Amino acid sequence: MTLTKSELADLLFEKVGLNKREAKDMVEAFFDEVKSALEEGDDVKLSGFCNFQLRDKPQRPGRNPKTGEEIPITARRVVTFHASQKLKMAVEEFRRGNTQ
Amino acid sequence: MTKSELINRLAERFPQLGAKDADYAVKVLLDALSAALVSGDRIEVRGFGSFSLNYRPPRIGRNPKSGEKVNVPEKYVPHFKAGKELRERVDLGLTKP
Repeated sequence: MTLTKSELADLLFEKVGLNKREAKDMVEAFFDEVKSALEEGDDVKLSGFCNFQLRDKPQRPGRNPKTGEEIPITARRVVTFHASQKLKMAVEEFRRGNTQ
Repeated sequence: MTKSELINRLAERFPQLGAKDADYAVKVLLDALSAALVSGDRIEVRGFGSFSLNYRPPRIGRNPKSGEKVNVPEKYVPHFKAGKELRERVDLGLTKP
């Protein structure tokens, strides 16, 4: 199963009592605010769930795997995800209780 | 940006809701994201990214202090892959002042 924005909006409708329009907009705004913060170079810390950290990577040599041609991989900024201890433990404990 | 700053920003964007609803909405969203991963479901958010679990097979590790061998059982760890839009917007931030 896959969780998507529409199921998240349904939850806000059912649990928080937002109307359908507000629920959809809130889900959109939630991810948009996280994206905006990261775009502005600000790390995001969602206590109990995860941290999103930014890393600046210097240029490094690369290769086109098809042609073997050498091309530099340009300097870039990337997002790294770190699950919180709480989330990691919850995943491990649940998996252990449901071993195949 | 911390969780409480995120809540404040959302409360500003939805003035009709009040701070309590913004706070509860963020809690409901984060709980739903956690619950999905805990039960092994994927999460896909277009433009943002996807969350899933990665499998780590069992291995024989070593206690770094005593050098003793220890069995490390298999486990699952949460994983995130940034979506195209997030990747591009974050990278743009590098060139902006």
